[in-house]
Amino acid sequence: MRLDVMKTYKLYIGGAFPRSESGRSYELKDKKGNFIANPALASRKDLRDAVVAARGAFSGWSHATAFNRGQILYRIAEMLEGRSSQFIAEISALEGVGEAAAKKQVQSAIDLWVWYAGWCDKISASAGGTNPIAGPYYNFTIPEPLGVVGIIAEERESLLGLTRGLAPVIAGGNTTVLIASESAPLPAITLAEVLATSDLPHGVVNVLTGKRSELISWLAGHMEVDGLDISGAQKTLDGELKRLGSENLKRIHRFNMDVSPARMLSFMEYKTVWHPIGI
Amino acid sequence: MISLIDGSESSLRAFLDNLPGVDKVGAEARAAMLATRSIKTTSKAKAIDLAIRMVDLTTLEGADTPGKVRSLCAKGFRPDPTDVTVPHVGAICVYNDMVEIARKHLDSIGGHEIPVAAVSTAFPSGRASMEVKLRDTKDAIEAGAGEIDMVIDRGAFLSGRLGEVFAEIKEIKSLCGDRAHLKVILETGELATYDNVRKASYLAMLAGADFIKTSTGKVTPAATAPVVLVMLEAVRDFYKLTGRRIGVKPAGGIRTTKDAIKQLVLVNETTGPEWLTPDLFRIGASALLNDLLMQRMKLRDGRYSGSNYVTVD
Repeated sequence: MRLDVMKTYKLYIGGAFPRSESGRSYELKDKKGNFIANPALASRKDLRDAVVAARGAFSGWSHATAFNRGQILYRIAEMLEGRSSQFIAEISALEGVGEAAAKKQVQSAIDLWVWYAGWCDKISASAGGTNPIAGPYYNFTIPEPLGVVGIIAEERESLLGLTRGLAPVIAGGNTTVLIASESAPLPAITLAEVLATSDLPHGVVNVLTGKRSELISWLAGHMEVDGLDISGAQKTLDGELKRLGSENLKRIHRFNMDVSPARMLSFMEYKTVWHPIGI
Repeated sequence: MISLIDGSESSLRAFLDNLPGVDKVGAEARAAMLATRSIKTTSKAKAIDLAIRMVDLTTLEGADTPGKVRSLCAKGFRPDPTDVTVPHVGAICVYNDMVEIARKHLDSIGGHEIPVAAVSTAFPSGRASMEVKLRDTKDAIEAGAGEIDMVIDRGAFLSGRLGEVFAEIKEIKSLCGDRAHLKVILETGELATYDNVRKASYLAMLAGADFIKTSTGKVTPAATAPVVLVMLEAVRDFYKLTGRRIGVKPAGGIRTTKDAIKQLVLVNETTGPEWLTPDLFRIGASALLNDLLMQRMKLRDGRYSGSNYVTVD
């Protein structure tokens, strides 16, 4: 007879897996009421640390070549593929869906990472370009990453929902603080383990688990955060989150399961350059 | 015992070698225990303002320019231009050749009461002849430095030539006279043991230091909590022996408000609140000030601030 080695689900901040600064955790049960795990209950100080880590990683990640970012996103897909059975088990336990449905979700998520990996070095050519102007200038417009983006991922389809939120944001060169689903946080933490082994620089993605109601307003009000994906927040909070975010003119978006390059552009800024001809 | 010290090797050895050894485990445990104190709300607000007043705002880069030093002076005088209630820093700490530029700029913007501290005596290594070290210090004082941060010759100290280190500090001190405060940098990261830190602290205090400072900032580890604790204890015991209050300046590696507040707790619990003043405790730092300002904004506005709202140094 052997004792099972149970996994401690921790946070993912700056490339490390710390427990919550507060020392708190909460009990997670499956649909039938059976105990699954004790994920960390992040405090606003963990959020603050995560934002510091994301800000610190921004310069390196946004200046990495688009091709390199694409390679790393593809690597994430490779790592996910090798871990699929773990994700399938977690998804079917937490969402109460059958194995076939869980498997389909994991495969869709992997395909989505590959799809966004391809977009990394194509977005600036597709969305930017040279502009016709009446003067002796070259004039071109390119999309650039916004900065630190907070993500409240969709609750529907835990892994796929996460990927729909996360992939376009980091493909565009942003760094992120992601607040995982309160009821199904395990795929987010397991995904963090995938990210940690995919050559993704530390701090580009930071994952917090815990009570969204405790964290979300601090994230929306944080002056270091430049964009916010509130797809997973309650609709009734929209007004309040937008009010908090307006202080530093955050880009705040709610998506409805969108998968498109436009979702990347939601967290990018257009820069237009005028260059004199003949110099 | 102290009255018997005449600067000779034997008299110094008789005193310093008989200092009790530092309980390493005890010192580390006490420093770690004090680091867990929680300072919140109004106490935190007071601690932040006190820490700002204690910052020796420092730039010690080979790439320093007059423009950078001037902007540092402006920042030291008015750390947050949007909030006049933020106090000015304790001093501006620069290399020798920047002292005059810093002094003139501070005077021109009304920061007369902010001293300029100069790092002298062949900073950071201290590897130069005594003649050069004295000239270095003289230059800084004549350019308007109100504080001299000198380094000790760690090579001499570690080889046991205590008399030589003592004489050096004493000579620099007499050159400073009442024109400049003397801070003696022990470079604790190179002293290897806490016993040596205690010994070097006493040596500097006996030779006439006004302040003892942990590090140059060029060597790691720098101002670790147990080292600061040992130095504070030395200062406290020296006060009991002689009635002279010596200041302490941790420098290097203190980057966050949390680190700074931990230092203040150490001071309060070791030497007592008399030392909680910029006259007796300073923090050598550059990035720390921005974090203190961001934490101050957080307390004021109720939301986390960002690096876009403080200056880029």
